[in-house]
Amino acid sequence: MGNSKLGLVRKNRRELGMFGLLIALVIITSLGTRESGVMGLFESKFLTPDNLKNISREIGIYGIFSIGVGIVIITAGIDLSVGSLMALLGVVFLYFVTPPETRPDSFLAKIIPEISWPMAIIFTLAMGTLVGLMQGLLVGKLKLQAFIVTLCGLLSYRGLARFSADDTSINLSNSEQDLSFVRYLGEGSLADVLNNGNGSGILHSIPMSFVYLIGFALLFGIILHRSVFGRYIFAAGRNELATKYSGINTSIVIAFAYVIAGFCTAFASIPFCIYTGSVQPATHGAFFELYAIAAAVLGGCSLKGGEGSIIGILIGTAILIVLRNMVNLFGYPTPLSDAITGGVIFIGVLLDRHGASSIVRLLTKKNKTA
Amino acid sequence: MSITSEKSISALRMRGINKSFPGVRALIDVNFEISNGEVVALIGENGAGKSTLMNILGGVHQPDSGSIEVNGDNTSIRSVSHADQLGIGFVHQELNILDNLDVGANVFLGREPRRLGIIDTKSISEQTKPFIEMLGLDISPETPVSELSIGQQQMVEIAKALSKNAKMIIMDEPTSSLTISETDKLLAVIAELREKEIAIIYISHRLGEVSQCADRVVALRDGANAGELSRDEINHDSMVSLMVGRTLERNTPDYSPITSEEEGLEVSNLRTTAYPDRKVSFRVAAGEILGMAGLVGAGRSELAQAIFGVDTTLEGEVKINGHEVKRGSSRASIDSGIYLAPEDRKRTGLVTEFDINKNVSLASLQKHSNRLGLIDNSSEESAAEEQVQSLNIKTPSTQTPVINLSGGNQQKVVLAKWLSMSPNAIIFDEPTRGIDVGAKAEIYKLMRNLANQGVAVWMISSDMEEVLGISDRIAVMHEGRITGEITRENFSEEAIMHLAVGGKTE
Repeated sequence: MGNSKLGLVRKNRRELGMFGLLIALVIITSLGTRESGVMGLFESKFLTPDNLKNISREIGIYGIFSIGVGIVIITAGIDLSVGSLMALLGVVFLYFVTPPETRPDSFLAKIIPEISWPMAIIFTLAMGTLVGLMQGLLVGKLKLQAFIVTLCGLLSYRGLARFSADDTSINLSNSEQDLSFVRYLGEGSLADVLNNGNGSGILHSIPMSFVYLIGFALLFGIILHRSVFGRYIFAAGRNELATKYSGINTSIVIAFAYVIAGFCTAFASIPFCIYTGSVQPATHGAFFELYAIAAAVLGGCSLKGGEGSIIGILIGTAILIVLRNMVNLFGYPTPLSDAITGGVIFIGVLLDRHGASSIVRLLTKKNKTA
Repeated sequence: MSITSEKSISALRMRGINKSFPGVRALIDVNFEISNGEVVALIGENGAGKSTLMNILGGVHQPDSGSIEVNGDNTSIRSVSHADQLGIGFVHQELNILDNLDVGANVFLGREPRRLGIIDTKSISEQTKPFIEMLGLDISPETPVSELSIGQQQMVEIAKALSKNAKMIIMDEPTSSLTISETDKLLAVIAELREKEIAIIYISHRLGEVSQCADRVVALRDGANAGELSRDEINHDSMVSLMVGRTLERNTPDYSPITSEEEGLEVSNLRTTAYPDRKVSFRVAAGEILGMAGLVGAGRSELAQAIFGVDTTLEGEVKINGHEVKRGSSRASIDSGIYLAPEDRKRTGLVTEFDINKNVSLASLQKHSNRLGLIDNSSEESAAEEQVQSLNIKTPSTQTPVINLSGGNQQKVVLAKWLSMSPNAIIFDEPTRGIDVGAKAEIYKLMRNLANQGVAVWMISSDMEEVLGISDRIAVMHEGRITGEITRENFSEEAIMHLAVGGKTE
């Protein structure tokens, strides 16, 4: 039995390593932001309920679209369109729930009807999924390069969002519908949803987006790691030809990964735009695709395809968010945040590929020959 | 005492070479010697230590102990470039050729003549010309390598070695992807190089070629010298017994005649994208092994891929046991029991990073999953375990990634994938390429067993010995069409070659 446990550790070595990094970050941040005194650790600014709630909300939103991007990466593809798609879908969702006369003067603003918020959610999800399907067919069926297809997406969805919003910010507050419940769903806690805003206690500290993430992680964890389709995703990502030679329609498998990514992005875009309360189309969701790629790669997805796990993507996302929170709490200038994030990702990936000991060996060996 | 004693000094003398890798003693007190103008074939099963010995000679590895003399001088070969300086050229099994460059640029890669810091392409062409002429290549130095056949690319590699003033050339499986005529050409070039006093170390699993070109055979077994054969001792059986340390019974298949007209794989008027204006029709009866010979480029693999459904079929139909199979879908072929063990195992046969379990089940996951599409791991594992047992796949466990297995065992995993289902016809495309003698015999036995169980076995092979030894009937292809069929009583190398170059029977 000990042997099989060891195998489990070896199999998930990468995830375990990154989990260690996450724990280290949490401890450093907790210690670095603690109040003085014996029980100071528990007075840490990092560990306050509000901060933890904010972190988990962000992990929830980022985690959902990172799962989509991660699955695409496992097929040896890439999705660069996430941030722009979130902006476009944010604009569209807000148009759906606001009266036409409050919207800026643009083409899309005129043709989108006002509909009830449940319908708005359904249509937004459908639209994101369709965009994913389109990209998926271009990559899977027509064999265009994923990088190019989704780069075109990145440019054109952003442009479309800005054009249709006349480059002004669109506000949720213009809505005349009763949005209290959808606000709970979007930015509230589990307690808000269950008790109509009157919740308290532990449930009050669990943001809905985190609840969604757990659902997504379970669903896609089972699909990716337990189902036939998931096996095909890994196989097509590793060696598409050999997979095709085993009678599997790899075009469809790959296309479907982009459909999942489109759906995940669309799903995350709704709580995100409710949380921000308005969509500034030029900046809404900017660089999210890169955070998603970073989270996936930190979590053990290889850009060569065929490698990665849902739990890894979750850990990668958590590392990114905690890191950003750390930079804020430590009082470093916010602009430095991305630089620090970049540095940590780099070190993480370096350690993951070569391991601390082999890097030391490599450096000392070089010194010897020099 | 030594056969080569009449020549004054050996070009190379390796004595008592030992080399260990973590967990393996790769070479144990190995001696190896070669004279100028001598062709020595180095033979042995995979893992016998041939590559390690040659990598030491090529400067890739350093021996743990032992001495090396080059032209009588004691030396240690410190690096690949040092081996170059010593006049040792290495033509690798996997061609180290950049196909985005032209011939001259490849020959002078890394030591381009320069004028004012700019590559002097004129001088490259001038200096390359004599070598390509000597090797009988009818191309200009400016020809892009991508336009050359594999055989010609091999010649470019040899030209590269010669241009570095190599006095000794190591050829590692040089013919594994050559056509029959290209192989003949290479053997002619080897004879010519011998005339020029160049020593050639020839590593090959193809014993027919070895008997044609070698002056002497050195066999390794389990990392140690297993014996030598002089020119007049070289023959198939003596080489095999040196390599495996016992006498293998020669493969004499029991001839099984075509039993029924209805059963088997029937291909009618098939047109492929490789040869769109040729229609191909042939039949492989259930219980028969049809060997398909031909030169590389004759369109055999393309035909197999179209029949299997991974390539487009322009026209024509394929029937298995009387039922038509939908075109253009490998799923449809697999569902009707037509399987392909492709030529390029690593690229198309296996997901090499996957373990044995996942490779064996890849085409039959439906069988190992429930209605929700969730995989039943224990059913998957027991299917793989059963195949590992019955095919005698040598592996620590079914969770071993197939990339860690030897070529022969990898090929068995490809077969395990199909045998775990129910085959009606199996297409073997170059089934034993790069596989050692022992595993070859097992694969042949397996093919015969399949045929005996009523499977239609269609074997595409460029290995003459294999085609003649295994087939019940031989069909030969030339430029996209079948130029003839040969029945068992008329089997001969000449008959195949005649058809392979396009000749008609009668």
